[in-house]
Amino acid sequence: MTAATHGDREGKWAWRLTGFMTICVYIFMFAPIVATVVLSFNSSMFGGFPMTGFSLQWYAKLLQNEQVLQAFRTSLWIALVTAGVTTIIGVITAYALTRFEFNGKQILGTLVILPALVPETILGVGLLVMIKAVDQPRTLWILILGHILLAVPYVVLVAQARLVGIRRVYEEAALSLGASRAATFREVILPLLLPAVVAGALLAFTISFDNTSASLFWRPAGVETMPTQILSMLKISISPEINALGTVMILVTVGIPLLGGLLLQGLTRLRRRGNSTEVEQ
Amino acid sequence: MPDTAVSPVITSRSESTGTSQANAGTGYERPAVEFRNIDIAYGKFVAVRDFSLAIPRGSFVTLLGPSGCGKTTILRSIAGLVDISRGQISIGGRRVDDIPIYKRNIGLVFQSYALFPHKSVFDNVAFGLKYRNVPKPEITRRVGKALEMVRLPGSEKKLPSQLSGGQQQRIALARAIVFEPEVLLLDEPLSALDANMREEMRVEIKKIQKETGITAIFVTHDQEEALSMSDQIVVMNAGMMEQIGTPEEVYETPRTSFVADFLGKANLLAGSVTASDGQNATVALKAGQRVSVVSPRPLSTGTDITIVLRPQKVQVGAGIENRLSGRVISASYLGGNVIYEIDIGEQTVIRANSQLVGKMIPEGEAIEIGFDPAGCVLLDETGSRVS
Repeated sequence: MTAATHGDREGKWAWRLTGFMTICVYIFMFAPIVATVVLSFNSSMFGGFPMTGFSLQWYAKLLQNEQVLQAFRTSLWIALVTAGVTTIIGVITAYALTRFEFNGKQILGTLVILPALVPETILGVGLLVMIKAVDQPRTLWILILGHILLAVPYVVLVAQARLVGIRRVYEEAALSLGASRAATFREVILPLLLPAVVAGALLAFTISFDNTSASLFWRPAGVETMPTQILSMLKISISPEINALGTVMILVTVGIPLLGGLLLQGLTRLRRRGNSTEVEQ
Repeated sequence: MPDTAVSPVITSRSESTGTSQANAGTGYERPAVEFRNIDIAYGKFVAVRDFSLAIPRGSFVTLLGPSGCGKTTILRSIAGLVDISRGQISIGGRRVDDIPIYKRNIGLVFQSYALFPHKSVFDNVAFGLKYRNVPKPEITRRVGKALEMVRLPGSEKKLPSQLSGGQQQRIALARAIVFEPEVLLLDEPLSALDANMREEMRVEIKKIQKETGITAIFVTHDQEEALSMSDQIVVMNAGMMEQIGTPEEVYETPRTSFVADFLGKANLLAGSVTASDGQNATVALKAGQRVSVVSPRPLSTGTDITIVLRPQKVQVGAGIENRLSGRVISASYLGGNVIYEIDIGEQTVIRANSQLVGKMIPEGEAIEIGFDPAGCVLLDETGSRVS
């Protein structure tokens, strides 16, 4: 009895300690983000605490800053193209890797994942050296190509994980019923793979949108993406405008995947609700 | 080792090249599916060796055997899901070696149902018709008819996840037969169902097959399913055909010791011939007893022989032929029937499944058993039937 109470007390303290540690970790993780967001509404000229008042002036200023707007448009455009192309390449690659047997499959599987493991700086320099070697100019397309290179591994991994869970009998059933391989992919695999396709696209978008180090190497002269724009602004001063810009970045990179996730969840819930009206015969 | 049912089918070259699909429906003597000396190998492992079989139109043929015997591989080779390494397969007289699965016109039912989870029952069943360019109103009509046939009318709008296992398998069956395929392939379709549902589905499948007159090839490891449903049973072992015949033939007159053992766990009693005339032989069992059996041909004295004796043919009690005495080592009461395991000496154990008359004989007690000389089958030294 006493031993049990003793154990209970010990357990309680252990839980308290765990809770305290958890809170500390979360503060450490999110304090910078919260600070950026809060300070973006500060009316003071200097980007720091204490706050002097609430103001939206820095956002207003952003909207007038043609350079920032241009960078935002560039980043958005690059991220959209990257997401589109990467998803197509990634899903097809994942399909080939999970469903077909061919020579060098293992090697290909490893090579596809490699860009995610190699330091970005190395990739940045590597791509530059390569386009130099084939004597190509640094254009926006090179930048997009680079982003695709960076994002493909993640899309492949996400799609592969889902494909492994889709049983082969579905394909065999569709084929036996008369659907060609292409029709089977379109009618059976793709719908079942949809969550992974959406997740992959969102992931690729985010990876492209907030990529900094590799973009620094690849961007053509005079072109700024959002992260590089922030970096160049930081060189001049720590203006509260940067906080506002940072908040916009956070909104885009966190908000879009979140929105996509919610959308998917809503869709599956709708379907499940349809199921719960079942009547056993 | 092709048996009686495999009659060489004469097909002229021009007919077998694939142009004959139109008259396939009316071809009378042409088998629905025919294997000619096929081998199937996975790398170095040969799963099926020199398999030949002609399956008559409209029949229900079961491939029966333990797991790994190649039965599923053969079924999948008809569908085109595995490649054959030698020989040829014809469906309705048309060689299908180079025809991809989606052009073979076969209905496939899987153990795991494999209904498309994101499609409604209607879309699932209509799938095959859609790829055969059937007009929309006709699709609706035929899907309705197929659902009626599997006794799930009006379930068009449901999703597979809303149905029980048995219902899903019925929908899968409807999906496989709605476009009137050349042959219906059933890959252990009852194995995922619980016992009650299995029995019901067994009757259902057989009924639908009769009604539609479709050729069905059924794969199972369950001898009860095979015996109760089939017109012909092909017993498989280690990639080879052991025996083909009607359920009765295969059960009553097993051709090999494997068949005898696999179907119904027969008693295999080893012994040697001590005397033999044209019809009867006296056999000295390894356990010491002498029994007389009916032999289809004279046997030379001293030949080693195995007597195949079904547990149901073992009689318990007095006043019977071939009397053997032993001791009960286990007795299981099945209500009306008892299964005894009887030690008759020299580590020979006989299983007897007998109708319970009076009291059950408890474990450890002495027991008298016997069997009719005509109620058994003889196998020679090589394990094949004496005939």
